[in-house]
Amino acid sequence: MADEQKPEGSQQPPPAAKPAAPKPAAPAPKPPATMAATPWTSEMARDLKERFGERVKETSTYLGQNFIVTTPDGAIPVLEYLKLEADFDYLVDITAVDWPKRADRFDLVWVVYSFARNERVRIKTCIFDGFKPPTAVGAHLTANWLEREVFDMFGIEFDGHPDMRRILMPDEWSGHPLRKDYSILQQDQRWVQENLGIESGQ
Amino acid sequence: MPDSTFLDSTELVLNMGPQHPSTHGVLRVILKLDGEKVMGTSCVIGYLHRGVEKIAENRTWAQFNPYVDRMDYVAAVSNGLGYCLAVEKLLGVEAPPRAQAVRVILTELNRIASHLVWLGTHALDIGAITPVFYCFREREEALNIFEKYCGARLTTHAFRIGGLLYETYDGFEREVKAFCKMFPPKVDEYEELLTNNRIWAGRLKNVGVLTADECKEYGVTGPVLRAAGVKWDLRKAQPYSGYEKYDFEIPTRENGDTYDRYIVRMREMRQAVRIIEQAVEGMPEGPIMGKVPKVIKPPVGEAYVSIEAPKGELGYYVVSDGSVQPYRVRVRPPSFVNLQALDRMVRGGLVADVVAVIGTLDIVLGEVDR
Repeated sequence: MADEQKPEGSQQPPPAAKPAAPKPAAPAPKPPATMAATPWTSEMARDLKERFGERVKETSTYLGQNFIVTTPDGAIPVLEYLKLEADFDYLVDITAVDWPKRADRFDLVWVVYSFARNERVRIKTCIFDGFKPPTAVGAHLTANWLEREVFDMFGIEFDGHPDMRRILMPDEWSGHPLRKDYSILQQDQRWVQENLGIESGQ
Repeated sequence: MPDSTFLDSTELVLNMGPQHPSTHGVLRVILKLDGEKVMGTSCVIGYLHRGVEKIAENRTWAQFNPYVDRMDYVAAVSNGLGYCLAVEKLLGVEAPPRAQAVRVILTELNRIASHLVWLGTHALDIGAITPVFYCFREREEALNIFEKYCGARLTTHAFRIGGLLYETYDGFEREVKAFCKMFPPKVDEYEELLTNNRIWAGRLKNVGVLTADECKEYGVTGPVLRAAGVKWDLRKAQPYSGYEKYDFEIPTRENGDTYDRYIVRMREMRQAVRIIEQAVEGMPEGPIMGKVPKVIKPPVGEAYVSIEAPKGELGYYVVSDGSVQPYRVRVRPPSFVNLQALDRMVRGGLVADVVAVIGTLDIVLGEVDR
C-alpha cells in the first residue's frame, strides 16, 4: 500500500529523472537495485506460510499486486493448493526472466487468477540453469503450450511435460532467443542456410 | 485410438495450411481423420514469429510502443492500451480523464472493427459471401476515424505512455456520434442475414462446444468464455481506464457452441456502441497527457496488467531494472492461449467443422506467434 500512494504525490517528476533517489525515501534506505516490495499480510498468505513452511519464502505486494516467492520445489504444490483450496482455477500465464549474473539464473513466474475472488496472484521462484522444474500440466491443461514456449525461449525443460518440444522456433533451431546472452542479431546460421537456401545466412 | 477402422481402412493424416484461406493466416493444422471424422489435431505455429519480446529488450520503453500494434493487427488500439497501462502502472502515473475517455472511445471502436473482421471472415468460411462486404463497409467508417485521429488505419500507435499525443480533431465527437447512430441498424442487418438463417444455424449449433470448466482449464477467455455462461469481463471485473463509469452489460450464453459465440460477439458490438455513446457524451475537458518525464525510466520492479481485448485477456508482464529499456516484456496473448483449445473443440467432429471452429476462436496469427 505504501508504494501505491508514493507516486501520487508531488514527487512524481523526480523519480523518473533520478529513479534511484526517491525510492529509499519510502522504505528504509536500501541498495537501489531491488524492488521496493512490502510484505503481504492476509489470511491466505498466513495459510500458505503455515502449510508450506520453508517452501514459501516470501509473500509480498508491489504496486498493489500480490506475489508469492517459493523454493523451486514449492511452486507447483502452491499452485495446486491455490487451485483446489482457494479457487484460483485459471492459470493466466507462465513465463520466465533471465538474470545471467545471478547464480540462480532464471525467475520462473506463474500468474493465477480466481474468478470467485476476483483476485490475481503471482508465484515466483528462482532456478539455476539446467534445473528441470516440474510441469503444471497436471493442475492446469493450459500450461502445456505456455511451458513449451518457456522451453523454446529460455531452454528451461519442464519435468513430466507430455510434449516438451519447441513451439514458435523451428524444431532444429539451436539456441534460446530470450536468454540475455543471445544477441538480437544472432541466428542459427546453419539452419538458415540449410532450410532457406540462403548462402550468406542473412 | 485404434490403428485400423471400418473395413480395415487406415486413418488419413491431412495437412491443412499454413497457406490455407480459412486458417486466417499462417496456421498449420495437422488433422488425423477417419473418413470425415476428426480423430485428433496438432497445431504447428510460429511462422509469423518475429521475436517481439526480444525486440522490447533492445528498445526504450517508448520506442517499443509501436511494435505492440503489430501483434494483433486487427485490434492494434487494444494492444497499445494494454502496453501503455502496464508501463503507467510501473511509473505510478495515470492518464488524465480526457485521455481516458478518448482511449475508451477508440478501443471500443477497435473492438467493433475487430469483431467485424471476425464476422465477415467467419461467415465467408462457412459459405456466406454477403456479410463480409457489409462488415468491411462499416469497418471502413471506424478506420476512417482512426485515420483522421492519428494518421494510421491499422497499426495506429494511437496512445502514448501517460496519455495521448494528439488532441482529437475537429468534428471527432460529431463523427463518433454519427457512427454510433449509423451502426446498430447495420448490426440488425447482419443479424437478419444470419441469426435465423437455417444454413447458418445448422453449421454452427452444437459445433465446437467448450464448456465453462473446459474454458477455465484451458485458460480460454473473451467471448468464448462468455458464450459458455461465465459472466466475466475484465472491464467489469477489474476496471481500467475509467470503464467503471460506463453502464453496459456483459452478454453471455449457455451452450458454449459456435452459434452462441456468434450471438455473444454480436451483442458485444451493440454494448460497445453503448459505451462509446456514454464516453463521447460525457467527455471531460482538460489535459491529455499525464506527468510523464521525457526519458521514461520506471523504478526497479515488475507488474502484470491485463485488459479485455476483443479476443480475451491480453496481459503484459513488464519488468524494469531501472534503466531506459525494458528488462523484460512478456505478452500474454489471448489468441495463443485460446488456440490451444482447438483440439478439444474439434475432436470427434467433422472436418468441415474445423474451419468453423478456427473462425469462431477469432485468432490472429500475428498475436499467436508474436
